[in-house]
Amino acid sequence: MSARLRSTISKAAFPVAALVLLFAAWQLICTVGNIPKYMLPSPADVFAAFKADWRLMLSHAKVTLLETFIGLFFGILIGFLMAVVMDRFSVIRKMIYPLVVISQTIPTVAIAPLLVIWMGYQMLPKIVLIILVVFFPITISLLEGFSSVDADTVNLMRSMGASRMQIFRYVKLPNSLGQFFSSLKISVSYAVVSAVVSEWIGGTEGLGCYMTRVRKSFSSDKMFAVIILISVLSLILIWLTTVLQHACMPWEKVNSEQKR
Amino acid sequence: MATLEVRDLTFAYNNTRNILENINLTVNDGELVCLLGVSGGGKTTLFNIIAGLLKPQQGRVLIDGEDITGQTGRVSYMLQKDMLLPYRTVEDNIALPLLIKGMNKKEARKIVRGNTERFGIAGREKKYPAQLSGGMRQRAALLRTYLFSADVALLDEPFSALDTITKSAMHRWYLDVMENIKMSTVFITHDVDEAILLSDRILLLGGRPATLTDEIVIDEPKPRSSDFVLTDRFLQYKRRIISKIQAPEA
Ligand SMILES: Nc1ncnc2c1ncn2[C@@H]1O[C@H](COP(=O)(O)OP(=O)(O)OP(=O)(O)O)[C@@H](O)[C@H]1O
Ligand SMILES: [Mg+2]
Repeated sequence: MSARLRSTISKAAFPVAALVLLFAAWQLICTVGNIPKYMLPSPADVFAAFKADWRLMLSHAKVTLLETFIGLFFGILIGFLMAVVMDRFSVIRKMIYPLVVISQTIPTVAIAPLLVIWMGYQMLPKIVLIILVVFFPITISLLEGFSSVDADTVNLMRSMGASRMQIFRYVKLPNSLGQFFSSLKISVSYAVVSAVVSEWIGGTEGLGCYMTRVRKSFSSDKMFAVIILISVLSLILIWLTTVLQHACMPWEKVNSEQKR
Repeated sequence: MATLEVRDLTFAYNNTRNILENINLTVNDGELVCLLGVSGGGKTTLFNIIAGLLKPQQGRVLIDGEDITGQTGRVSYMLQKDMLLPYRTVEDNIALPLLIKGMNKKEARKIVRGNTERFGIAGREKKYPAQLSGGMRQRAALLRTYLFSADVALLDEPFSALDTITKSAMHRWYLDVMENIKMSTVFITHDVDEAILLSDRILLLGGRPATLTDEIVIDEPKPRSSDFVLTDRFLQYKRRIISKIQAPEA
């Protein structure tokens, strides 16, 4: 066994143990306390519910994930373009930046119903909500990365006669990747949650709609099962982001090993 | 190779007090001129002007008689720090000036690999800068500077961050490599020994605002062996320079 694998396993052991204990305690409370299933289903009930309904859940998950990916794609694209424009033209930055910050104080839950009124019950309002949630952290992190470049590195590039585009490509962009991925990891989980929230409000497909239905029929076991499914999906997306980060930034590993 | 001239140059940051006043200097074809001066004297500022990064209030910079004042991309400039980008491999760092000139990546890498042997960094092409020792990083930065253009090079304290032993090894290496590469070079240093060992001529920059106060020609054959620093002639040069360096009011 490699040293790296061993350290990963030993690191994972603690949270896994904690989780097992938690589930055991939960099961114990339900069984001993004789709590009705609609109030608090036991882990066994939740597992049974998932087993019974997983096909339906996964078909709803497909819709939610599709919305998430489309929303993330456009959210990143818009966030990137805004960061580039704001970095290039300081006038635009001064004009837009405060507005962008203020726009973030509006709770997403509050605008979701409005989006449904304006755009209907299809995918569009869900995707728009995700874009609204995602673009902000992306813009801020990229902008931060662009403007934190070392002045002397830019001078070196200029002395070689580099154009603005070349300075962007060779210095600013790679310099901002670390911050970009940190905020992307937060954004992906926000995106999933936003998709679910907007599905609560209107629509016929998606994990949010599924949640609304099982709530109305007081099927708490299914409710718990779908909540766990949502958080597992978020975790998978975060993990995928990390994999992507390592692929895009091969120097990171080398440089951090060097620092030790 | 080319001739670099600076004529009647005066400079101040944002129209505050003058940093540089009336600087005149000429670097002939293939000559290595050392710029020696106290910290904060304005040496780096002079380089930034020659490289076109700053515009002087007065005066001109010429290469082979052509006015290049305020133009970037005309001279090779190695900044005070080694400035290797941490997210590019060594070879891709060195290839940077070629990529900026519009060469494609494959061709640029080929040229880089054709030169790493001569610069003593063969086998390290695929590593990242953080994996290299200080001396190796400096070699890589020098190769990058050289690949940009072999005409005129500005080197801002290229060896000052190295320990004494590595530094003298680098001096030997540098004298060796430069024997075949005759760049017209201006070289900034605080180190009097280094200046005498490497240069054809030493210019002293001093005063506030800074002017060129003196010139010492090091009339010694090249290539010089590193034993040169142990000779009496070397000490005579050193004595002359030290007597002329104006110590800043401490
Ligand atoms: N961007 C700047 N704006 C204003 N003043 C500056 C700037 N850069 C340097 N100076 C000032 O100009 C003077 C000369 O600085 P410069 O860096 O050229 O000196 P130097 O001779 O290269 O010093 P060192 O040997 O320490 O590198 C210093 O007093 C410094 O404080
Ligand atoms: Mg300096």
